Amino acid sequence: MRCEQVAEILPDVVEGTGGASSQVFAHVDSCLRCQAELAQYRKLLRALRHLRTEVLEPAPGTVTGILAYLEAAGERGAMRLLLTGHRAAYLGGIAVATAAAGAAGAIVVASRGKRKMRLAG
Amino acid sequence: MALELAELVTAAKAGDRKAFEELVRATCADTYTLAYRLTGKEEDAQDVMQEAYLRAWKGLKRYRGEAAFTTWMYRITANCASSHLSRRTRDRHDRLDDDHVLADDRLDSDPEARAGAASQRDRLQSALASLSPEMRSVVVLRDVYDLPHEVIAAELGISEGAAKVRLHRARRKLRERLFPLRGEDNEERDAHAV
Repeated sequence: MRCEQVAEILPDVVEGTGGASSQVFAHVDSCLRCQAELAQYRKLLRALRHLRTEVLEPAPGTVTGILAYLEAAGERGAMRLLLTGHRAAYLGGIAVATAAAGAAGAIVVASRGKRKMRLAG
Repeated sequence: MALELAELVTAAKAGDRKAFEELVRATCADTYTLAYRLTGKEEDAQDVMQEAYLRAWKGLKRYRGEAAFTTWMYRITANCASSHLSRRTRDRHDRLDDDHVLADDRLDSDPEARAGAASQRDRLQSALASLSPEMRSVVVLRDVYDLPHEVIAAELGISEGAAKVRLHRARRKLRERLFPLRGEDNEERDAHAV
């Protein structure tokens, strides 16, 4: 294998999950340049993993800002729920009123019909 | 005495707002650190944090505790950062290709950080900041936070294969930048000369 081919695989080999063939390892074992490059990838990976131990502090007031944002979002949600509820109640009221008016109208028509029949009899 | 995270999560899941606020306080530095590493900008990191905690609050009932709460927050933060960066790119109509360089605003604004930029850690931060957001996200989530490939792919909305390709390219770019070989050094010099 040539160094250029091995160099293409080294970023995956460093993690140990690259599925590199024995040819790759044989080349690295015998090539100082590729050994050096692999060592650099290992160093890079160690440095990246070390970053995990570093914690950055957010600017003062960030947490307060987040809590205020959550509060406002909660209120918006509650308001939306309230409006949706009111709208539903309003539409429900209209439906009930329409149904009641329809029923009352039907009763009136029916009772007039009965009276006419009695008079005719 | 502060309650343990698990107790806070249980209380927050039951609707205890104060417990959730405590959770935010307990995890905000970790969440901010990841958001900052993914976005490279303080302002963006704060926006991502807000969105992440809002999503966490809304989705807390779905959290079943299979992974640590912090890992769950990392996933949400990664997802929010990805959406935030895509939205920002769309809004500005600027294409962020693989060679796009994002400035590390902390290094720009902090004289001490600038003075110490020769140290390996600062060089690494600077190299990370030079990656495109797409490549940086993958390498940070995999090599710094040790998230599995399938989780990274799911949270970034890409295939697992694409995540692996980005990781490969990101590692190579970081290695070239931090430890340039003779040929790469010349290439870089040539590029600067042009």
